[in-house]
Amino acid sequence: MNENLEAVIREICQKYANDSARMMDIVRDVQASMGGVSKVAMKAIAAAVGVAQVEVESVVSFYAHLSSESKGKVVIRLCNDFIDRMFGANRVAETFEKEFGIKFGETTDDGLVSLEYTPCIGMCDQPPAALINDRIVTWLSTDMASRIAKAIKEEGNIDKLNLPNGDGNNSHPLVNSMVHNNLREKGDMIFANFVPGAALKNAIAETPVECIKNVKASRLRGRGGAGFPTGMKWEFTRGADGDEKYVLCNADEGEPGTFKDRVILTEAPELMFEGMTVAGYAIGAQSGVVYLRGEYQYLTDFLNDVLQKRRDAGLLGKNILGKEGFNFDIRIQMGAGAYICGEETALISSCEGLRGDPKNRPPFPAQKGYLGKPTSVNNVETFCAVAKIMEKGAPWFAQKGSTGSAGLKLFSVSGDCKKPGVYELPFGTTVKELLQKVGAEDAIAVQVGGACGITVAPNDFDKEICYDHLATGGSVMVFGPGRDLLELAHSFMEFFEEESCGYCTPCRVGNTLLKRRLEYIIEGKGTPEDLIYMETLGNTIKHTSRCGLGQTSANPVLTTLQNFRSLYESKVKPSVDGLQPSFSLDKAVGLSEEIVGRKSIHHHD
Amino acid sequence: MTKPKVATTSLAGCFGCHMSILDIDDRILKLVELIDFNKSPVTDIKKFSERCLVGLVEGGCCNEENVHVLQDFRKNCDVLISVGDCAIMGGIPAMRNGISLKECFQEAYQDGVTVYNPSGKIPSDKELPLLLDKVYPCSAIVKMDYHMPGCPPSADTIWETLVALLTNKPLDLPYELIKYD
Repeated sequence: MNENLEAVIREICQKYANDSARMMDIVRDVQASMGGVSKVAMKAIAAAVGVAQVEVESVVSFYAHLSSESKGKVVIRLCNDFIDRMFGANRVAETFEKEFGIKFGETTDDGLVSLEYTPCIGMCDQPPAALINDRIVTWLSTDMASRIAKAIKEEGNIDKLNLPNGDGNNSHPLVNSMVHNNLREKGDMIFANFVPGAALKNAIAETPVECIKNVKASRLRGRGGAGFPTGMKWEFTRGADGDEKYVLCNADEGEPGTFKDRVILTEAPELMFEGMTVAGYAIGAQSGVVYLRGEYQYLTDFLNDVLQKRRDAGLLGKNILGKEGFNFDIRIQMGAGAYICGEETALISSCEGLRGDPKNRPPFPAQKGYLGKPTSVNNVETFCAVAKIMEKGAPWFAQKGSTGSAGLKLFSVSGDCKKPGVYELPFGTTVKELLQKVGAEDAIAVQVGGACGITVAPNDFDKEICYDHLATGGSVMVFGPGRDLLELAHSFMEFFEEESCGYCTPCRVGNTLLKRRLEYIIEGKGTPEDLIYMETLGNTIKHTSRCGLGQTSANPVLTTLQNFRSLYESKVKPSVDGLQPSFSLDKAVGLSEEIVGRKSIHHHD
Repeated sequence: MTKPKVATTSLAGCFGCHMSILDIDDRILKLVELIDFNKSPVTDIKKFSERCLVGLVEGGCCNEENVHVLQDFRKNCDVLISVGDCAIMGGIPAMRNGISLKECFQEAYQDGVTVYNPSGKIPSDKELPLLLDKVYPCSAIVKMDYHMPGCPPSADTIWETLVALLTNKPLDLPYELIKYD
């Protein structure tokens, strides 16, 4: 074994105290320094932290951004979700392929560039977008792609292009990114003025139990989409037995079409950290972890700087704000490209240095979560709301929004509209009202809740967006005249097929079967029976999958079947002779004819 | 009154399901009172001579001949039943679906340890039906009306199913006949 390699790996592992729970950080650092995590490197890591090599391998092979092979010096990850394709991602891809002389999925012979596709990177408001190593480029054109390719070929990076920085903190020296906030409408909550410490001061003036009582009185429900009452979650976590407790912030914003957390992390990180600190006080935790999606790596230096400033100001660390015994600190855990890690138990697995597999429930995280200790996992926006509730009081919050869904909500609007971006609006806003605001009165369909959400038809545009009618973690994708909704459903099924962790059969196999049947229909080879088959299979996946991914992954097909059935019906026709139009004997024997060297003696269809 | 006709075939199967049909033992005498077998290995009738009420299909489709037999069954039978797991989802033969067809041929005719084939050629005789790119379940080729699970389905399952179908009565199989764990 290469001694130098071993020395480097030993040093990296020591940086994380040879703690196997920090496997994500270890393999990320190894990859950053060596271009990939080779088998030899895995062996060295395993030896250093005292686990089996296969455990290291299971982590490296699970995450999209990790690889056992060395990737190019520059890795271009082009987002190919439906929205980005609507705005020309395919043409950008062709340009990159032509410029570098390789296909997507390949690396140039000189090891300079790798081209890869990636699902939604949280930039649907400025598509097409790509990650170039950790840097984000947005609003790509074929012209821009050529310029990027030339710069990389000449200099090995894109520094000389001097891409203009975005607005607000995107221009902060520690962020330095061309990302734009596209913050279109501010309410009086998350993006309103906030003095760091204001919420904490009010919180510590009360007992932790009173604090939780306040959160319950505010009727705040989880902003990630599932809508579990936050106060109740905290109460369970506080009440659970455990010498240590943890606060986890879910910043793995991976639901296609969601990017509101990106704007919070850029413009209101203080508010989020303050909310986490309040949670620490309320449930009796001393540590918090922000699980940040790998795609938002460009924000880590900035966020760490904010954390340091809060420590310096006495808002984190020991005896916070002079309150004896109130100790709390926060670290940032980077993800590495896995949608499933937005599911709270998978997120916990990932924080523990494992594959992002969901865990069995019960026990719930509130009883046994991170490292087996009681843990509260809440969304970025939820923590922000908590901080505002502490600052302004529970009644102030509770009177906003609709009956079952209190407060304001951030919506990430993308697609065919004049003003894509982030809107802070009260719960209970109807789809129609939202469409008027964003300039999309001619929409033919709206996807509420991301890939796992609902495809809403115009006759339902009067419905309210809230937990009781159209639930969403924030994603709203708008589709104008001429967009093909079956292709939309197909692209979501492709996404779920790729992102399923593979643990349970209904999700791993079912989504593939569902996607294949949908393809038959799109190709005009479907029969009316296929629609019934898809409904039955979709419901089986929904009811028998192990976690939230599988329980919602059939929605693209199920909700389009429900709300746009005529689109399907116009594509299918009954088979008069009982033969399946999707089967072609010619195609099925083609390979055999080639290998054996003779034609089929049966008639060709 | 003429008796309803039943046809059976074994495609990419092992004939185990047909053995299970024979396992109905002396009930076969009762069965012959109820039906006539048409095209079937049981009668050795090679071509459909009459339209059949029921077609029992064992095995999935691994080659072009399987496809033609199955399509022929669809044309000549009112009700088609997949009998056994191979017919329903490909079964054991479908284990080759994870291996490329080229590798399958190489292993069978060129590289296998017991292969004696000095010419190294892959047989191309017209008598040998061409293999399909993969093994297909019957329902991927034609519309199947019912699926009878099991490897093989027990004689009782086959008997109860046939009797229910022929007497137009609802089928109520006890749990013991359809559990496999």
